[in-house]
Amino acid sequence: MRHFLCSVTMLCSLAVTAAGAHAEMLFPEKDELTIGFIKLTDMAPLAIAKEMHFFEDEGLYVTLEAQANWKVLLDRVITGELDGAHMLAGQPLAATIGYGTKADIVTPFSMDLNGNAITVSNAVWDQMKENIPAGPDGKPEHPIKADALKPVVEAYRAEGKPFKMGMVFPVSTHNYELRYWLAAGGINPGYYSPSDVSGQIQADALLSVTPPPQMPATMEAGTIDGYCVGEPWNQAAVFKGIGVPVVTDYDIWKNNPEKVFGLTKEFTEKYPQTTLGLTKALIRAAMWLDENNNANREEAVEILSRPEYVGADAEVIANSMTGTFEYEKGDKRPAADFNVFFRHYATYPYYSDAVWYLTQMRRWGQIAEPKEDGWYDDVARSVYLPELYLEAARQLIDEGHAGEADFPFSTDGYKPATSEFIDGVTYDGRHPNAYLDSFPIGLKGDEIVDGNKIAGR
Amino acid sequence: MTIATDMIDPEIAVRRERRIARINRAGKVLGPFGLGFVVPLLKLAAGDTPSEQWADLKQMLLVPLVGILAFLAAWAYFAPKVETSLGAIPGPAAVFHQAEVLTDDHFAERQKAEEFYARQDERNQMLIAEGYADRVKVRPYTGKPTYLDQIWTSLMTVALGFFIGTAIAVPVGIACGLSKTFEGAINPLIQLFKPVSPLAWLPIVTMVVAALYQNPSDLLPKSMVISAVTVTLCSIWPTIINTALGVASIERDLVNVGKVLQLSTWTTIRKLVLPSSLPLIFTGMRLSLGVGWMVLIAAEMLAQNPGLGKFVWDEFQNGSSDSLARIMVAVITIGLIGFFLDRVMFALQTAFTYSANR
Repeated sequence: MRHFLCSVTMLCSLAVTAAGAHAEMLFPEKDELTIGFIKLTDMAPLAIAKEMHFFEDEGLYVTLEAQANWKVLLDRVITGELDGAHMLAGQPLAATIGYGTKADIVTPFSMDLNGNAITVSNAVWDQMKENIPAGPDGKPEHPIKADALKPVVEAYRAEGKPFKMGMVFPVSTHNYELRYWLAAGGINPGYYSPSDVSGQIQADALLSVTPPPQMPATMEAGTIDGYCVGEPWNQAAVFKGIGVPVVTDYDIWKNNPEKVFGLTKEFTEKYPQTTLGLTKALIRAAMWLDENNNANREEAVEILSRPEYVGADAEVIANSMTGTFEYEKGDKRPAADFNVFFRHYATYPYYSDAVWYLTQMRRWGQIAEPKEDGWYDDVARSVYLPELYLEAARQLIDEGHAGEADFPFSTDGYKPATSEFIDGVTYDGRHPNAYLDSFPIGLKGDEIVDGNKIAGR
Repeated sequence: MTIATDMIDPEIAVRRERRIARINRAGKVLGPFGLGFVVPLLKLAAGDTPSEQWADLKQMLLVPLVGILAFLAAWAYFAPKVETSLGAIPGPAAVFHQAEVLTDDHFAERQKAEEFYARQDERNQMLIAEGYADRVKVRPYTGKPTYLDQIWTSLMTVALGFFIGTAIAVPVGIACGLSKTFEGAINPLIQLFKPVSPLAWLPIVTMVVAALYQNPSDLLPKSMVISAVTVTLCSIWPTIINTALGVASIERDLVNVGKVLQLSTWTTIRKLVLPSSLPLIFTGMRLSLGVGWMVLIAAEMLAQNPGLGKFVWDEFQNGSSDSLARIMVAVITIGLIGFFLDRVMFALQTAFTYSANR
């Protein structure tokens, strides 16, 4: 193994002119890699990069390894057993700020947008349905807000029964989306504090962690009354007739970032060429997944349904991957952007995406102390690596695999302010504290969780 | 084809007797492998009395077949009636179909490996053409292990665990049998550790192996060592106990002869102890192997180490409509392999067991 001693820009060793279709010679410092993933449809870019030989084109020989749960996956990346992994957007941020295991994890590549939904059990759905107005076609009007769930939760509390819901990890996108949706409907999802990490302080709905593949079974057993999870586990509930998905995260926050490709900072510094090659292969896989208006999705579904990747039935995976989403049995609605892998600059690691997750960590008390606006920007810049992404993009353009318009070369890393949330609140990543102040439920300003109470300082 | 009434020519009768004697000898080998029913068939062919052979055949072939068929019929009848969240429980036909699919998968994967190596060669040729001959490397295929690979991994793991176990258990057992003091010292430990479940050993073994086995080679990955050591810890006890029993029950005459001849300890063990305790040692090893195979599947399942156990767990996690059928294929495979291993040990055991009147 030869090591290049090149500068951080990594360009000195790449002064090779592209010869049209002839691929440039990238020489990865480490060419046999093991990458971890969780059995979810949004690991697709990894499976495609391997099956379509995009990794091999960069001289990388990758073994993909399914992991038992998000914690094991993160720990194995930190110890170096895995060279990189499919991660929840919150994981690299939480690790960097030391919530949970402290480690410097970075990401040069955002894996997809959207892809989650919230599902409730049949019993809860029957009670919720009474509170949902019917649309002109007689079907429930969408998007369904948590206001319809509030009376159900109150009825549970009146009977002295806890209302329990599952999510996949304390710093998962699902946790923040579920909390956002509940809070938007006036249901308090509970706070975290340094001494109580259950996240159930003052909670109306008790949220707890369940691994994605076990969600349907756990709900069937009555341990939880609903959950927020990625595909195929919402559609699986419809298939098995044990629950009903009520809202997709596309309706909670339009085009929200979901998974990222995470590596240790040490790895990217030690193996810059390898990191670049991985990013290039993943960008090509994402392009392949979305090109010609999702023409390749059928093939992708077949690949994902193999036992070594997601392993669920092809028809279950296809349900969300091919542009429709089924709520109640038979209530199929178009969801063209349910899984976005490349459109809308989905793979570019925007600082504003990182900041949103940090604001939610602060909102629910995972970040216990108030932070300045500048702190949010600093953390985002230390974890998200758009420079590396753009360098990979530039090489792909030079090799003729992509066009200039495919990548946001002119962005400063912050998306324009948007109010496309289920409660219509405007989010501007440049002003995180002002954003936090606009929520009725959640920590803001100088508030901290003290015991069971919220104390302003 | 000679027939039984063909008693005119004594020459032929003698030859037939010889043939039947040969068949009987072969039967001794076939019996332990569950192929006893071949003997009456051969005898029929050789022209032995048909009525006797039919009675044997009925007992050895027909009755087991009826049992198996009855089981299959009951399975096929009841399976569709149970509706799980993964669909109805698969019947024999679905399971057989998945067995075919898994076999096809294996060859498809081998095909993919071939293509992978072809692409790699191409890439290496390109490197040479570009003048980077020093970067040419041949890397192993990075695809998934197929079902047959998993079976092979499990067999290798159980063999390793069993080998380590036997290497420890036989000497310890002999020492126990020869010395009352040693046995007294070690007996409480045997009684204490014998009932411990593999699932309880696993976390400890994982930690210890991870600490001691720092630079795993490709031939002997860490996961394999962990599974194998777990197998050893759980399957070692029957061999120790039976060996000790075998050694302790040597005829006193033999021991006295050894004393008169003033044989060294080593010679005593080699010439007297081992030969007379071999049958019981093999009995112990047979029990150990059975336990080891059972434990291995559990260990692989919990630790997610490659092998049949991992295959079962992965399929359970996948939750596709084929999963249950695939898990049943694995169950039947595990049963068949367990049976086969047991028979091999039984055959060895019978081979080493002498009749009492030597």
